[in-house]
Amino acid sequence: MEKYLSLFTQYNIPAAFWVNIQLTFWAAIGALVVGTILALMRISPVRSFAVFGTSYVNIIRNTPLTIILLFGVLALYNQLGFTLSDDFNQNFFNLAVMGLAIYHAAFVCEAIRSGVNTVPVGQAEAARAIGLSFLPAAREVILPQAFRGAVVPLGNVLIALIKNSTVAAVSSVAIEASSIMKTMLEFESNLIIPIFATFAMGFVIIVIPVGLLTTWLSKKLAVAR
Amino acid sequence: MRKTRIAAVAAMAAVAALTLSACGGGGGAASDKIKIGIKFDQPGVGFKDGDTYKGFDVDVAKYVANELGFPADKIEFISTPSANRETALQNKQVDMIFASYSITDKRKESVAFAGPYLIAGQDLLVPVDSTIAGPEDLTGKTLCSVTGSTSAQKVKDLIPGVKLQEQSGYAECLGGMSGGTIDAVTTDDIILAGLAAQPANAGKFKVVGKPFSEEKYGVGLNKESTKCADINKAIEKMITSGDWEKAIKANTEGTGYVPNPALNPPKMDPCA
Repeated sequence: MEKYLSLFTQYNIPAAFWVNIQLTFWAAIGALVVGTILALMRISPVRSFAVFGTSYVNIIRNTPLTIILLFGVLALYNQLGFTLSDDFNQNFFNLAVMGLAIYHAAFVCEAIRSGVNTVPVGQAEAARAIGLSFLPAAREVILPQAFRGAVVPLGNVLIALIKNSTVAAVSSVAIEASSIMKTMLEFESNLIIPIFATFAMGFVIIVIPVGLLTTWLSKKLAVAR
Repeated sequence: MRKTRIAAVAAMAAVAALTLSACGGGGGAASDKIKIGIKFDQPGVGFKDGDTYKGFDVDVAKYVANELGFPADKIEFISTPSANRETALQNKQVDMIFASYSITDKRKESVAFAGPYLIAGQDLLVPVDSTIAGPEDLTGKTLCSVTGSTSAQKVKDLIPGVKLQEQSGYAECLGGMSGGTIDAVTTDDIILAGLAAQPANAGKFKVVGKPFSEEKYGVGLNKESTKCADINKAIEKMITSGDWEKAIKANTEGTGYVPNPALNPPKMDPCA
């Protein structure tokens, strides 16, 4: 027990989780923006936009996240010299955020599309009838209702994103939780099970409030029909 | 409809049962075999190539097993990645471990060691035309190592000015070095030499040859094991017969690697 407690003074575990939360925060914003644009493209009457949106979702959704993140570091940075920051470590962080956002945007897009499906056709028809073209109709009528109907699936994507942020280890973000866990296992492998349990617990502590919040929000924001 | 559903559930249960039993397998029956833990993914040290096993650790393991009365066909090699080594020994999933396993006081608390059979040291692998001649030239340079490894931690403590890129494996590090964004890769010299000796990398990289740490590679044993003295004898025999040096040369050919001559060939530690 003493040995286990000394792990907390030797390694800064909360700081490692904080890195994951930061990765999640920025990637979630990126994914929400890109995902909303993609959803708009997929429901738009312009065929080429719809085809692009569908292709993006199908290609990215079917590519393992590890490969997307490795591509960012091994191909873009190591081979092509592409950087997102002049600071050595910040660059890896930004590349990881980019990869996470690109990947989760596909899932956000589909979550929003499922939200759009909860909006009755009559709403869209009414919007067109009062003279709104596609974008204003989407902005003023469809999307606000769609987001309210998509709170639960969006929450699911966010929860997946929190846990997927540990994959940033492969894009050389070596200060996040799973990397610290790897270091701890290397030096304290006789405590393998307690260390593992600690990190599993950490994610439970982060994820459960998100789950509760989305459930509460989905009830509060539900469109009464 | 209902019947097919029941059949499907039964099929899934059967698959699950098979998978689970496959995990537990390997116990029982094969008691006339010796189970040796090695790395499967370190070329030149411990590497699984199709059905065969190659590398310096494997060569030493085979020699020692033979001396203990287990010829090659009585050896079962089992993969023991770094984090699993203590557990595998404590649970007796393996009898011995030859897996670039450094003898440390902390590890001695949970397992026993025979050997050492090699004293490796942390070193640098650089492109052949590089001007880096030792750790003192690294300030401002980009160095690569594996996430969570002892080598990565040591570099952080030793050379704070270096830019350390941590990758998931050494192959990724070498890729970056070919691409030009990484100036050097660091870990134990024998592992670096093994990587550089791969056909795909031949002639591209060199080991600097200035080790800045001492890693005593030992044979990991369960604390109750009585084999320590016999293993030490076998290793000494391998060294005096010249087979030890042959094994080093064969696995690091063309890289100019020489184990730190001040410490190698190693002297056996007394058995606990």
